[in-house]
Amino acid sequence: MSDVVAEKPVWTRKHLLTLNDLSPEEILYVLDTAESFKEVSTRSIKKVPALRGRVVVTAFFEDSTRTRMSFTLAAQRLSADILDFSAKISSASKGESLRDTARNIEAMGVDIIIVRHSSAGAAYDITQAVDCCVINAGDGQHAHPTQGLLDLFTIRESKGRIDGLNVAIAGDIAHSRVARSDLRGLIKLGANVTLVGPPTLVPRSFEKLGAHITSDFDAILPKMDVINMLRIQQERITSSVFPSIREYIRLFGMNADRLKRCKPDVLIMHPGPVNRGKELAADVADGPNSSILRQVTNGLAVRMAVLFLCQQAAAGNT
Amino acid sequence: MSKSILIRGGRVIDPSREIDEKMDVLIVGDKIAGLGREAAGSADEVIDADGLLVTPGLIDMHVHLREPGHEDKETIETGTAAAVAGGFTAVACMPNTDPPLHSDAEVEYVLRQAELVAHTRVYPIGALTKNRAGRELAEIGLMVKAGAVAFSDDGDGIADTAVCMRAMEYVSQFDRLFIQHCEDTSLTRGGCMNAGLTATRLGLPAIPAVAEVIMAQRDITLARQAGVRYHVAHVSAAGTVDLVRRARQEGQAVTAEVCPHHLLLTEEMCARYDPNLKMNPPLRSQADLQACLEGVRDGTIGCLVTDHAPHVNSEKELGFQDAPFGIIGLETALPLFIRALIDSEVLDWPQLIAAMSTRPAQLLGVSGGTLKVDRVADVTLIDPEIEWKIDAEKMRSKSRNTPFDGWPVRGRAVLTMVGGEVRYRAEQE
Repeated sequence: MSDVVAEKPVWTRKHLLTLNDLSPEEILYVLDTAESFKEVSTRSIKKVPALRGRVVVTAFFEDSTRTRMSFTLAAQRLSADILDFSAKISSASKGESLRDTARNIEAMGVDIIIVRHSSAGAAYDITQAVDCCVINAGDGQHAHPTQGLLDLFTIRESKGRIDGLNVAIAGDIAHSRVARSDLRGLIKLGANVTLVGPPTLVPRSFEKLGAHITSDFDAILPKMDVINMLRIQQERITSSVFPSIREYIRLFGMNADRLKRCKPDVLIMHPGPVNRGKELAADVADGPNSSILRQVTNGLAVRMAVLFLCQQAAAGNT
Repeated sequence: MSKSILIRGGRVIDPSREIDEKMDVLIVGDKIAGLGREAAGSADEVIDADGLLVTPGLIDMHVHLREPGHEDKETIETGTAAAVAGGFTAVACMPNTDPPLHSDAEVEYVLRQAELVAHTRVYPIGALTKNRAGRELAEIGLMVKAGAVAFSDDGDGIADTAVCMRAMEYVSQFDRLFIQHCEDTSLTRGGCMNAGLTATRLGLPAIPAVAEVIMAQRDITLARQAGVRYHVAHVSAAGTVDLVRRARQEGQAVTAEVCPHHLLLTEEMCARYDPNLKMNPPLRSQADLQACLEGVRDGTIGCLVTDHAPHVNSEKELGFQDAPFGIIGLETALPLFIRALIDSEVLDWPQLIAAMSTRPAQLLGVSGGTLKVDRVADVTLIDPEIEWKIDAEKMRSKSRNTPFDGWPVRGRAVLTMVGGEVRYRAEQE
């Protein structure tokens, strides 16, 4: 986007697999690009020709409605052609390997594969088999980079900065790709991140990634600028990770009472879908501190930016 | 104005401050008000403690009160009546009741019932897993909020390693003690006495010492990883003592307790199939007994407990192989520990009181265990010389299952005070 011809472009990646190896400049560049795309959504004709003639496939090997819709709409607004692939109607269930499936998809003349898979590393594996762009829409417990970016975008939009903010991520950290992506992005941009939950859900190894760890939610509430509440899964009870939803709510649920003990302008985030009345009380989810719907809106702009930047890098016409 | 009591002229032993000398103790209301050679000129009541030991109230951190669910064996009322007569001002009760103490509701029940009828303080120990089944975590956080002081599935150990690990991690967030009944039941199922020559001779299915050792070994490794304070219940095997000693030398937060019977009795005594000698862990070998004594001597085993486990006669009359495990102990613990540890010079008196009061209070994070000014006036007066004979028929416990009936012993509690209130006074003989 610079008009100085000799300057090295900030974004040169054709894949987005994780936020781990991005520089702060690269992350900020995506956020800045997303800001300009956000404006597109406010127009009466919500479409730009940036990916006209390009083919984007959403290859979802794991169920997802929201993320797929968000990516599909993002690609549509960039005027791309969209193809849906889901494991249920594919040969994946017939024993075809992930790499073979990816090669077959690419052979149809596809420019970007957006992949969601229940196994960590699946998006990386696909990059080893194809030449087109690969965007990770969530791989196992490993990464969900566009969720991380949209959370960063939402925080920056709300607080005007990320550097120096105190951010808590509460809940099932161990099993969460969202937590991992948020954590990496936040730390790169200078936030102080605290992971909150029972030790069974917040492994101490996360300290080595630069996070603070605590089981005492109430103690940290007054210091936080942002609190991101992760979805709690019923199936963690039978695997003896915590005893009951009732106990979880008492110790780690966000509700009006806890909100009162936070800073008045604390930002309450949630990647969705919310278990209302469980990790997040309904009145807080719908209240003025909540950014849940803005996160969804921003997700669209961020995904437009990611599709655009990766395609541009692949085409070499930065 | 609150009532004042002066305990005059006793040998005051307070391990929390390394005090062991002849002093007076002044109590005002429910608190210790002063210690000194002449603490106060006058008080509402003066108790003559000449020739007696004046110690922080004894605390038994391993008791089965059986309520709710087995009130035929014991109740909170009768169990604590036995406790106070044995010199205890507080007991921690194990959760293997029916229903088990596995959620805040049962913990609150025990505390409310204790408030109504108990003679001592009662500290509930919550279950680690639902129904003590070793599969899903119990509502440990809610039990902490309700007042549980520690957690254990006592009666059973947690067999599944992953469940045990998670339980340890989960407990670690509350800084409560994790107490394990160490027994690998895949090695002990059906067993009823120690594996050895006597079991072979008697034809009884056996419980090998290694079943205890192997779980303690696993647990110590897990607990180090989980960062939980880990406590081995009722140590009985030499191998366990070694493991605990080594872990403590390496600085790990590992503690252990032992019962009187494992310091006084051995497996050979089961020769007559007396069901009152059937307990779990079982009586072991002389070498195990010696190792336990050595563990107490060098501080490896820092707590002395009863594992008071009442059963009705009809159950013990089933015969050795079919009778339930366990014996009562609250009214005999003090003279038996005197016999096992003071008489044999394994411990001196301040060390004994530390193991029966100060240290359990510290591990459970409860009041008591000290005679510091402004702390609760939980005090036990002990006559260390009185000679008497254990008589099961005179016990306050609902049950009579003790192998020590008829034993001549020395030393007993003569007065037990809880929160400045005299709750037990021995009859003059």
